[in-house]
Amino acid sequence: MALQSAAEIRALIARHKRRDVIFGLFGILCLAIGLLTFATLFVDMLIDGYARLTPEFFTNFPSRRAGQAGILSAWVGTVMVMFVTAAVAVPLGVASGIYLEEYASKNWVTDVIEINISNLAGVPSIVYGLLALGLFVYQFGLGQSVATAGLTLALLILPVVIVATREAIRAIPAAIREAAYALGATRWQVVQGHILPYSMGGIMTGVIIGMARAIGETAPIITIGALTFIAFLPPSPVGAEFPFVSFEWLTSPFTVMPIQIFNWTSRPDPAFQANAAAAGFILVFMTLAMNGLAIWLRYRIRRNIKW
Amino acid sequence: MVEKHIRRAVPALILGLVAAGVVQAQSTQSSVVRIDGSSTVYPITEAVAEEFQKAEKNAIKVTVGISGTGGGFKKFCRGETDISDASRPILKKEMEACAAAGIKYFELPVAFDALTVVINPKNAFIKQMTVEELKKLWEPGAQGKMTRWNQVNPAWPDAPVKLFGAGSDSGTFDYFTEAIVGKAKSSRGDYTASEDDNVLVQGVAQDINAIGYFGYAYYAENTARLKAVPVVNPKGKAVLPSMDNVINGSYEPLSRPIFIYVAEKAYARAEVKKFVEFYLKHGAKLSREVKYVPLPEKAYTGNLEHLKKGKLGTVFGGTAEVGITIDELMKREAKL
Repeated sequence: MALQSAAEIRALIARHKRRDVIFGLFGILCLAIGLLTFATLFVDMLIDGYARLTPEFFTNFPSRRAGQAGILSAWVGTVMVMFVTAAVAVPLGVASGIYLEEYASKNWVTDVIEINISNLAGVPSIVYGLLALGLFVYQFGLGQSVATAGLTLALLILPVVIVATREAIRAIPAAIREAAYALGATRWQVVQGHILPYSMGGIMTGVIIGMARAIGETAPIITIGALTFIAFLPPSPVGAEFPFVSFEWLTSPFTVMPIQIFNWTSRPDPAFQANAAAAGFILVFMTLAMNGLAIWLRYRIRRNIKW
Repeated sequence: MVEKHIRRAVPALILGLVAAGVVQAQSTQSSVVRIDGSSTVYPITEAVAEEFQKAEKNAIKVTVGISGTGGGFKKFCRGETDISDASRPILKKEMEACAAAGIKYFELPVAFDALTVVINPKNAFIKQMTVEELKKLWEPGAQGKMTRWNQVNPAWPDAPVKLFGAGSDSGTFDYFTEAIVGKAKSSRGDYTASEDDNVLVQGVAQDINAIGYFGYAYYAENTARLKAVPVVNPKGKAVLPSMDNVINGSYEPLSRPIFIYVAEKAYARAEVKKFVEFYLKHGAKLSREVKYVPLPEKAYTGNLEHLKKGKLGTVFGGTAEVGITIDELMKREAKL
């Protein structure tokens, strides 16, 4: 269709520009729905729980009296579980990612593995809980311990770590690899000297996104049987006597933040709702802090890379 | 170079340490009193555990979980817990599982709970309800049919009925259906069911045509938002749930004893024995504090005597029972 006059062309342009504006507005609306929902929840939790955000809230054990109840065992449990999760998921996930990208030959086997890893990332977390219940709790006899929870969440975030590692590695220009190989470097030297340092920012981001998911998980932790009332801390990992480190904490019963929140929301006494809101605020804050750390790390590491 | 070696060694070290710890994790602890089970009994057990740990200066650790009466017995009969919280007596199937695993137990009633039928405070037409009326509303045959208040009682308005009740995994559900419908677990299915009683509290508090049931503690903490319905007892008197009415036995058939089950083997351990004795000694005061109805004093001393004499097993024979008095319960022969 040929356009006849300048007026028609102007009308066409105006129409298209209008569509642009409409889509822009639509996008802002979509964004606002998400952001406002989150902001409302966050502010609401802060308002409800503000009175409970005292130093004692962090240093008190759970109690039947809402005013004295705190999250000490919950936040310590969460930190310990997250530590185990990271200690297991990061080496396994990063190594798998490097192998798949740098070592494995590209054939149908690796294709199948790749598809399955992506699928695993979408498996509901309760399924990991059931797997862990059969495998870690009963088969390996680990019981309802910090180690079980950490391993379970490590399985849960493993696909995320692997995928993030591979994406980060793929972003490195092929020329870097080729240059290193041309100088006679072995595969391991290439990985160690170039691939890993350059992809570290992306990997860290992936790991922290995975951890941020794991920290709020409730379903698999309930399935493996986390406890609700714990008024003691796991044994300290560092001691004053030889050998200075102890692993008893791994076998200790535990509770985590989401479980504590879940328990408080189901109490008869409405005063516990304020505790739940305060604990929820802290959990969201922990997640935000982790994401902030990811952004900061990525920025710092990228700054040091000069190709 | 050295720095590089160290940097390389750190991840390997962490991995090794975790692996070592995991191997070590196989050894189980014995200094912990492990409790799991009913969410109804949880508040009392939690209160006792809190006070006990304070009294023992944290030398003995106590953990309390919530996995429901049924879930609690599953763990208990596998020997994973020392004490099981139960809002109903142990059932036949659970007795068999325990017997198969060689787990013997003491059955100790620790308090009463009054299942409370609640309506919206703005509801002016319900002054009282009979068991028959409740049955009409909740029996399986009512599903899809009993949907308006005037179908239950012609004196009531032609308004829709909104039902809120316990989820089918809870001991509360088992007891309510047994007491009202006459058969445990037999209920209509078209109602808002939740294991989280606060969902039910919210639901009834927001709907003028709503009716629901749950444990007394949830009503006692929300009296401003809910109204309890006096239920007509077998003697023909409409009675409101309250501490006094449960103790004097007039709030029938919806008051029920709740229990802890203690494994015989665990009771042989000093820390479990101490905890159970503490429970029975302070159970009355603490259960009142968390809005449950304490048993008469002689029931707690009777429990201690049963422990001393080694009276193992349940007095219920694996079936749910309604309207059993605490005196009768204490006198009965127990079976494993």
